[in-house]
Amino acid sequence: MIKFMLAIVRRDILLVARQPAEMINPLVFFVLVVALFPLGVSPEASLLSEVAAGVIWVAAMLATLLSLELLFKLDHDDGSLEQLLLAPYPSWTLVLAKVFVHWLVSGLPLILISPLIATMLFLPTHAVPALMLSLLLGTPTLSLLGAIGAALVTGVRGGGMLLTLLILPLYVPVIIFGSSSVAAAAQGMAVDGYIALLAAMFVFALMITPWAAGSALKL
Amino acid sequence: MTQSIWRMPRWFHQMGSPKWFYDFGGILQPWFAVVAFVLLTWGVVWGLAYAPADYQQGNSFRIMYVHVPAAILSQSIFLGMAVAGAIGLIWKMKLAFMVARSCIAIGATFTIIALLTGAIWGKPTWGAYWVWDARLTSTLVLLFLYAGVMALNQAISERQVAGKATAILAIVGTINIPIIKYSVEWWNTLHQSSSFTLTSKPSMPADMYLPLLLTVLGSYCLFALVVLMRTRTQILQTQSGTSWLAQHRDITGA
Repeated sequence: MIKFMLAIVRRDILLVARQPAEMINPLVFFVLVVALFPLGVSPEASLLSEVAAGVIWVAAMLATLLSLELLFKLDHDDGSLEQLLLAPYPSWTLVLAKVFVHWLVSGLPLILISPLIATMLFLPTHAVPALMLSLLLGTPTLSLLGAIGAALVTGVRGGGMLLTLLILPLYVPVIIFGSSSVAAAAQGMAVDGYIALLAAMFVFALMITPWAAGSALKL
Repeated sequence: MTQSIWRMPRWFHQMGSPKWFYDFGGILQPWFAVVAFVLLTWGVVWGLAYAPADYQQGNSFRIMYVHVPAAILSQSIFLGMAVAGAIGLIWKMKLAFMVARSCIAIGATFTIIALLTGAIWGKPTWGAYWVWDARLTSTLVLLFLYAGVMALNQAISERQVAGKATAILAIVGTINIPIIKYSVEWWNTLHQSSSFTLTSKPSMPADMYLPLLLTVLGSYCLFALVVLMRTRTQILQTQSGTSWLAQHRDITGA
């Protein structure tokens, strides 16, 4: 079973490596969305530093959503998904392996580039560790919950828009605690509580996603 | 082994038969209609005309007799939809998916009513139609969840697949509702606490809360009535080729 999961992980990473745009596009999108806020709202440092936490989190969420659409779609379109589901392993192993690669490709780069974005939005430097930690716990949750939606809309025409409709309401708690933790850190307050809750949500998503996405794929 | 745990009595499986549900629902339907009409009329007239005015809010509180039932129903229906979906998934009961499908639009309607009456009530009491308060926000998110379930149900043309997909989403949504509720509560709260709790005495005089109880119960009956009507319509649509329906007195007119 572990071997099967590792094989999927290896295959998906290889696929992305040969098609690097898939990895770079969400990242560019993330930076672009963030860059629009100073243009649209105000370039003033005091205002930007106040909204920075929320802006970064909303942009990270949208970037994740954008890349989620393809999570199962390409495999479904060329028929390999059907073959993978025929493998003598439970479908949740497939889900977990694919979600892990999705996070590696879309979540991790966001975390790595977030200090740069934080500087662009004048987020206080002492809040950057909290930002990175909250993203580290939050983006896997986004990938996991999003996988449920991606599995449900696989094979449905116009799935991208539908996916957004299904998944965004489920993202509400993550964005609340994600951006609150950064805002609290910016004001010099304790962030342990928020981080603990984000971790709890990650564990929770880890529990329901394999079942929900796995059974949705088999429909 | 799993079979022995999940075995259910015969009446339970009987309930999954479209023919049985169609006939039994047909018997129940007029009763729900009468009870809903009586309870709603009684509760609304009592609440709007005879209940004492609030010492602070004057007469504006009377919108409560629409607002509170709608808000309660909006949440119960989502739960009911998820339970019906789970029954459909576990016992492979097509009829449960039809019931879940019937719930979507009714629940969304009650949610919209709750939001609109809340906005109208908020203006004289809080001075604003909308505030980003926890309850308002979680109700808005609930409406989005309904929208997602509805969109998914419509996007998949094959009913059986649509039913299963909707059930999964409804279950995931239901598990998330408490989390969403508490997360927005910690985030921001202005709304007053629940009108009813099972454990403590109501904070309102009997003349105020009894009409409310009547409208809540009446709304549940109204919901049951509409679910029966919608589910029976779906039975007619999906079973149109079967022999029991062709010989049914509703079709032959005999």
